[in-house]
Amino acid sequence: MTAKITVRDLTMAYGDLVVMHDLNFEIQDKDIFVIMGGSGCGKSTLLRHLIGLQEPAKGSIFYGEEDFTASNPDERSAFIRRFGVMYQSGALWSSLTLGENISMPLEESGKMNAASVRDLVAYKLALVGLSGFEDFYPAQISGGMKKRAAIARAMALDPDILFLDEPSSGLDPLSSRRLDDLILGLRDSQGSTIVIVTHELASIFSIGTKALFLDTATKTQGAIGPPCELREHSENPAVRRFLNRGDTPESKSS
Amino acid sequence: MTTKPHHPPSAAWKQDGEELTLELAGDWKRDGPEVKVSGKSPEVRLPTRYNLNQLGAYDSSLPAFLFAHFRSIASSAKDKTEQPTLDGLPAKLRGLLALALAVPEESETSLPTDADSVLGKLGLMTLSFFGKVQSFLDFAGLTVLSVARFCVGRARFRTSDFWMVLQQCGADALPIVALISFLIGLILAFVGNVQLTHFGANLYVADLVGIAMVREMGVVMTAIIMSGRTAAAFAAHIGSMKANEEIDALRTFGFNPFDFLVLPRLLALVLMMPLLTIYADVIGILGGMLVGSFVGIPPELYWNETLASLDMTNSSLGVIKSVFFGATIAMSGCMMGMQAGKSSAAVGEATTQAVVASITAIVVLDSAFAAIFTLLDI
Repeated sequence: MTAKITVRDLTMAYGDLVVMHDLNFEIQDKDIFVIMGGSGCGKSTLLRHLIGLQEPAKGSIFYGEEDFTASNPDERSAFIRRFGVMYQSGALWSSLTLGENISMPLEESGKMNAASVRDLVAYKLALVGLSGFEDFYPAQISGGMKKRAAIARAMALDPDILFLDEPSSGLDPLSSRRLDDLILGLRDSQGSTIVIVTHELASIFSIGTKALFLDTATKTQGAIGPPCELREHSENPAVRRFLNRGDTPESKSS
Repeated sequence: MTTKPHHPPSAAWKQDGEELTLELAGDWKRDGPEVKVSGKSPEVRLPTRYNLNQLGAYDSSLPAFLFAHFRSIASSAKDKTEQPTLDGLPAKLRGLLALALAVPEESETSLPTDADSVLGKLGLMTLSFFGKVQSFLDFAGLTVLSVARFCVGRARFRTSDFWMVLQQCGADALPIVALISFLIGLILAFVGNVQLTHFGANLYVADLVGIAMVREMGVVMTAIIMSGRTAAAFAAHIGSMKANEEIDALRTFGFNPFDFLVLPRLLALVLMMPLLTIYADVIGILGGMLVGSFVGIPPELYWNETLASLDMTNSSLGVIKSVFFGATIAMSGCMMGMQAGKSSAAVGEATTQAVVASITAIVVLDSAFAAIFTLLDI
């Protein structure tokens, strides 16, 4: 079976400054794929490459069999319509209410009537625990609520692949837990594939089915595999240290 | 409560064979006197011992002094991993320095600096000039494509956004446009009246104000007001949307940011500028009429004289120009916003640049129009 997303020899760079080179990995259907690594290692940049906001310096990205990097604008917008993206800062449209933020993508398809759009918006907001906040503007709610609203917007079109950039940073432990449950639910009930950038260890272990570690020191992928396995058995000490909050398993047991 | 008298801080290097002692004395305070360094500070060696017998109270300035010294040695040393000895320092100080030294300085974090030499600067300026020209052409091209999509009905934007912008750059601008053009009409009439009275021809103030307003002043003043008001607002709005990743969010929902943000603004201004210009022309003529009635031209006579002096050609020139000026203002504002950096300072800079670019472009365009109209003899 072909993987849902295949990344081949990807090099990411800003001008001459190479951020990461020679990334090779596959994301399978219904994976909850975690991209992790230290701050500033290029996690969000990798996500921007996957959704086509930045062009690879080298290498290519495939969705299924189709080459995303080489696609023309029309093909690309067809790809993009299958994505839901939640940005690190939320990136809610600040001149629109939460309700309008979610309904805008729905209305654009032009096939839904106003009442069913309203119901769908209410349902999506309820999923992230924001029932009744339809008429609030993004500036009127807290940072954590903005994140959740952004996730609701990302889910608006029932995306095939959901990209989340640090969804749980800045959330309290309970909301963070709820969010993990939501992500699992989305995967199981909707069959979405989910790509998460995060360094919340609790989330990584509880929901991640596969994790990619970006190593700042070598500027390439440090390891890839199920997170719990990586924590105990990764050959790369940097990965073990990261997943054990700096303690290596040996030093913890002693 | 009495405060202890401050002893000035000092650092002294003592070389004794292999031993290099650093003597630290006095009170090290941020707001205290400057540190006196004596003895030759070795460029390449770390101290092996510390003498702290005379050391008084200290705050962060002491660890900062030591840290700066360690770092400067580390940057010139061949063996980058050599760690300075901290033995002999007080435990608190040792802990802080160990913490600061724990992560080595990232050699690649320093950003590329601008060239220092005159030639280098000239080169950078030239490159940035061509870069700007290219980015303007890119933007103009994308705008044309967006307008083309609009014409064939394929451009998607929120109509409510369009009405909002239309109100902001139309109705909301009426008071300021009225005030400025009324005063401009007034000024023109005063200046004209002083000169024309010498020839006993002060009725021609009406001609002067009328022609000047409809051909030049009405449209140019409106365009300059709209540059300050609307181009700045466009740049600030789009710039902060960009800083907040909102434009990326549009893109990933399949919206074209150009159709969504630039197009409604461009259309609104191109529609509103002619209307505002006609409004400004009329108000300016009323300003002239007020002065006229003070200097003995009855309003009725003034009005008739104005109508007699204006023909369709004169009256339409300003309105035609206003369409181009409207497009210029919208494009300057939107372009600077779309190209803004991702910080609040960058948004401020983009706003300034939008206003400057817009006013400059308007004056340049107006000169070009003046030349063309002269050549065409209209």
